[in-house]
This record gives sequence, C-alpha cells and structure tokens, in this order.
Amino acid sequence: MPASYFDVDGTLVRTNLVHPTVFYLANQSNPWRSLKFLGRAVALAPQMIAAEMRDRRMFNELLFSNYEGISEDRLLVLADEAFDTVLKRALHPHAKDLVKRCIDEGHEVVLVSGALDFLMTRLAEHLGAHHVIANRLEIKDRHATGRLLRPVVAGPEKARLIREHAKERGHDLNECFAYSDSYSDVPMLSVVGHPACVNPDTKLRQLAQAYSWPIVSL
Amino acid sequence: MTHPLVVTLDRKSAPRTIFAGDKLVEVDMPPGTRVLYPRPPLAPLKDVDAAIRYALNHPHGSEPLHALLRPGMRVFIAIDDISLPLPPMKRPDVREKVLTIVIQTLKDHGVEDFDLCIATSVHRRMTAEEVRWVVGDKIFNAYWPDRLYNHDAEDAANMLEICTTEEGEVVEINKKAATSDLIIYVNLNLVPMDGGHKSVTVGLCGYKSLRAHHEPRTMRNCHSYMDPKTSALATSVERMGRALQKHVKVFTIETTVNNNMFDKSLQFLHKNEDDLTGTEKAALKALTFTLSKLPQQARQAIFQKVPSPYGVTGVFAGATEAVHELTLAKCYEQYAVPIKGQADILVSGIPYISPYNVNSFLNPLLVSVMAQGYLFNLYRGAPLLKKGGTMIITHPCSDIFDKEHHAPYIEFVHNLLPETRDAMELHKRYEAKFAKNPAYIQMYRTGHAYHPAHPFFMWYWGEAGRQHIGRVIVVGADNEYIPKLLGYETARSMPEALEMAKDGLSHDPSITMTHIPPILMADCTA
Repeated sequence: MPASYFDVDGTLVRTNLVHPTVFYLANQSNPWRSLKFLGRAVALAPQMIAAEMRDRRMFNELLFSNYEGISEDRLLVLADEAFDTVLKRALHPHAKDLVKRCIDEGHEVVLVSGALDFLMTRLAEHLGAHHVIANRLEIKDRHATGRLLRPVVAGPEKARLIREHAKERGHDLNECFAYSDSYSDVPMLSVVGHPACVNPDTKLRQLAQAYSWPIVSL
Repeated sequence: MTHPLVVTLDRKSAPRTIFAGDKLVEVDMPPGTRVLYPRPPLAPLKDVDAAIRYALNHPHGSEPLHALLRPGMRVFIAIDDISLPLPPMKRPDVREKVLTIVIQTLKDHGVEDFDLCIATSVHRRMTAEEVRWVVGDKIFNAYWPDRLYNHDAEDAANMLEICTTEEGEVVEINKKAATSDLIIYVNLNLVPMDGGHKSVTVGLCGYKSLRAHHEPRTMRNCHSYMDPKTSALATSVERMGRALQKHVKVFTIETTVNNNMFDKSLQFLHKNEDDLTGTEKAALKALTFTLSKLPQQARQAIFQKVPSPYGVTGVFAGATEAVHELTLAKCYEQYAVPIKGQADILVSGIPYISPYNVNSFLNPLLVSVMAQGYLFNLYRGAPLLKKGGTMIITHPCSDIFDKEHHAPYIEFVHNLLPETRDAMELHKRYEAKFAKNPAYIQMYRTGHAYHPAHPFFMWYWGEAGRQHIGRVIVVGADNEYIPKLLGYETARSMPEALEMAKDGLSHDPSITMTHIPPILMADCTA
C-alpha cells in the first residue's frame, strides 16, 4: 500500500503558519494581554522575514516563540475555534476531493506540516487523513515555552521524517506520492516516486516543469 | 483506369512537398510512386441555418424535435469537443448555428430547464475561450459556467451506471444526461469514425465504460477505424449505444464539413505539385523556407492561429443510426479515393495536428497515434500497405510535451515505454494503477490535462497498425531515442529510408504516398 504525504499550508489550505498564530495571539484572556503578544510578534517580524528568506526551520522556530507563556489549556480550548475560523474556511475547494481519492485508492494519507500538531489532528480528522507529522510545542508547568520539540518539521527534515514513516509502515517510497506548493519542500517531493505540485510558487513551478512533475490546481 | 487523384510519378515529376510536423519538406520520390491526393472540397450548403431548421423538422427515424418537447421537461444538450474538426473551424462554428436554433426551439416550446455539456469523455477540459469559440459569444455569455460546462468523467456523484450489455460492457454516462427527459447531441463529424452511437456512449462516459473497448484486443480487430462495419471498436460502441437507448431518449444532430482545410492563401497545399502555377510554386518554396527558419514556438503559433474555412456539407437529425448512415455517406463522398493494389512501402508526412493536441504540441506518443493509428487507418477495404510492409514517415519526433495537457503522457513515454512496448503488457501490468493516479486525475478534473488512462488508449490506438506494419522508418528525426522508444528506425533522408525499406525484398517495391492533409481515405482493393 502506498502513502500520500501532503504538505498543508498553501497546499491544502490557502493560509500559512502565520494565520493561526495571529488567531492565538489575538485571542488571549484579555485585550491587554493580546496586545502585548501581538506587539511582541510585530517586533519580531523583521527577524522572521529575514529567517524565511534564509531557512524555513529558523523561521518556524522564531514564529512559534510567540507562543511563549500561553497556557496549554488555552491552546487546546481555542484549537477547535482556530480550526473552524482559520483552517477550515481556507481549505482549497478541491482539497477534500483529492485527499478522498487517495484514501479511496487505498493510500495511507499523512499530513506533513510545520504547523502545530493540535491543529493538524483536527484537520486530519476533517479530511479523513490517517496520520499527522507536525510540530509540537514544548510545554513546561502547563505553559508553552516558545520552543519546539525536536525534530522540527521543516524543509529537508520533512524528507527524513517521510523516509522514517515509510520505513516504519512498510511503504515503498517509489510507490508513494507527495504534494506541496512550496520550493522549500523540494526535498520532501524528491524522496517519493510520485511528486506533485499544488498551486506552486514560481520557483517550484519552474522546477516542476523541468522535471515534468504534475502541477495540480486545487 | 486509375482515378485522377492517384498520380503516378515519372522522371519529370516535381518533388513532393509533405508535412514533417509543423514544417514542410520536399522529397524526391522514385518514378512509379503512386501519390494519393485528397478530393477537392465538396460544395458547401448555401443556407446552413435553413438546412438546420429543415433537418430538425424533417428528421430521420424520429418525430421532429418540436414534437418531442413539452413545457417543464428537462433536456440535456451534449456537444462535440475541441478534438473536432482539425484545425478548429472559422467562426461561426456550425455547432454555434445548430445550438442557436435548438435553444430557440426549446424556448418556443416552454423548455427552460436545459444544460449544455461539452462531451469531453476523458479528453482534457476545454478552456473558457475554446468553448466560446465553439458555441459563440451569445450562448457563452448566457450560460457559462453554470449551465454550459465540461463533462467530468471522474465526478463519481454525477456518473450513473445504466446497464451492462450481453458482452459485459458497462454502460455508464453523465448522470444529468441519463436522468434528463431528452438528450440532444450536437455533433460535428469530421471522419467516419466520429459520431453515431460514439457521441453519447463515449462522449459522456468515463473510464469504466471506455475500458470495455479501448483495449488492445478490440483495437487489433479494427480493419479499419474508418469503416464502422469492420471495426470491433465501432461494433462494441454500437452495442453499448443500443443498450443505452433502451433507457434514455436521444435526438441526434450530425453535421458534416468539406475538406477545405486551408485558407485561399494556402490552397496550393491541396494540389498536385506538377499542376502548380508559377506563383503557387514560389509561394510553396517561400512557405517551406520560412517554416524551416522559424523557431518551433513561432511555427506552432502560426498554425494554431489559422482556423479552417470549412464549408458545411450536410445537416442530419433524428434517430442516431438513421442519421449516422447519411453522415457516413457524406464523409465517404468527401474523402474516399479509389485505388487498386496495396504497396510494399507507404509514405506519409505527419502533420502538426491531431485530435488530441489542438492548441498544443504533437508529442512523441501522438506521432505514433498519427502514424500507426490515424494515417494507417485511413482506408476502407484493404489497407494501402501490404501486411508486413514498411511505413515511412517524416517528422522530427522531438521530445517535447505540453506539460499541462499531456502531463500523464510524459510519464508514459519516459517511464513505461522503456519497460515495454507490448500493448497487452502495458494494459495488464500498468494501466489500472496509472489510470487512477490521484494527481493526474486532479489535473484532468480541475486543470486541462488528459485523463491518465488516455496515453494508454493512444498507444492501443496504434495497435491495429502495429500488428500489420512490418517496420516504421522515420525521416528527419531530431533525436534517436524517441524513435527507438516508439519502435521506429531512423533515416537521414528519404532516399536512405527507401533503400532501407528495400532491404530483403526480392522485387522492386511498389511505393504509395498519401498527400495529407487535407484528409483523404483510400478506398483500396487488394
């Protein structure tokens, strides 16, 4: 049985990692606290932009540092609302069809995302996906420390995690599929036998055309 | 006596100019070579609108269209897609004229609930602009995209299995069509393999129905595709169509066009090279030279921008089979050229267009479809080529594919053909899995790609030719590996190809060349 590995942000949903983060920061226990969190995020913005241009993993670590101090309870209590408000509405119109087709073909469907696990499990449930490989926040004293647990899911690490998952589950990578919208996911696309680009960015589109990878519009 | 369109060359004959993709090449053929030329265009109907109205009111084997209508009923209008005609027709396309009158008739009789569907089967979806070209601005603006749309064979919720024939063929079509009170099919019939039961039964079906007949065994039993009586494919489709029509009511409208493929400025391409005037000779030389100097994209753009000034030669309406008989007669009247005697060597130029690359490039798989599929099969009676004979084609066989339209073709050519060229093996080992590739299916559904089953069907399309033809030699290939993948030999020039073809023959070989396009069909007796 093959597996289908899906990147999420930009691939299945229109949003990126920033959107749910802003939702969390803007929905703190009181307006002043929200303002404080948002202000801190704005101050970090130039660093995040620079990081995004250099290394996706560094960007993820900076972005998720904004969660520092948010209680675990709040993260989970707001997860359903964040999913409904941010992710579900942003699903590409045919994303569910594509995932369903993979499931109907007997593929194990795995979401591989730099987003946070508690949001990705909700998305997986909604789409019928079987498994999630996503980032996890470090929690100490029932509060997020702002650090990510290892391994950080981003860039080339996604490829390693897919290899590991396929090995554990007995999938032949040559038979597996991977879908992404971003050039930063070229390693993940390159480890499977059937890579496909979904609404790709310019650099990925050029690469996809050079290698004749399918380009899917959702 | 030899037909005047079968020209036997002598020492004084001028070189022949034939297509090699989107270029023209001059080839010197040995004396004694017979060259088949297409018939001149049939005279077009003087008043097409009147002919359409007459056909709807005086149908064959059916009540007139207006008598089938009642207020409040649901009608499904299906329309032939962009694969017909080739190249696309100058506006207004005859389908626009038919649709305009049909829609007006529906409205006059209180029928407001109707859909217009492009019957693409597993072909690529037409773009909005392509649909506009076919149906015209007025219909497009009024109905696109809610009531005028492309068929989606992979929309499981909108496909309905109707029945299974006694031969086990599953008949499944578009659910909206199947559940409507009346299907009206608006066809444009280019060649005899189009139309008839194929329109609804294939145009509105999906993979489940197609695999009943688009498979190597059926394709091998077609002698030829252009002669429905001897085509196993046509027999299967007809059986499915008859079974379908026990459950749905179909009113068929078929139209035929002449072979006026080239505009006035290019009409010398129809003619025998020995009959060209001085001006025409100069124009042909200039065109050949210009095309040889232009980059490929420019040549493609030129040919794609020139629609054909086809004239409408017939409009027939009513019951599918009664209508199609008249259509076939009109097609043969336009295309059939009588010839006696098969050849040891058949020479054909491969043009730049096929039904599957309108507005894109004729990729390597389509080159094989044109050679062993369409051009070999343009006969009725006996094939032009003797069993085991050699076919010589002219084409660059460039390794170029449209990355969107033909995405699944690329993997087929570069990953599967190196494994095997055996159609049976491809069918058994690879087709089912490949045809369900979710990425390619999504490209078919939301992009403009052919369905992943389509490259297999294309390979099978050449199967009857592959079983009959001994060797294919390609002249002018710009690489060695694509011809090798397709199972072809290569030659640098026509004389070299002819020398290769003579190898092993104890006698002086008979050579026949088909001067296509425009289309012709050999009415051949052995």
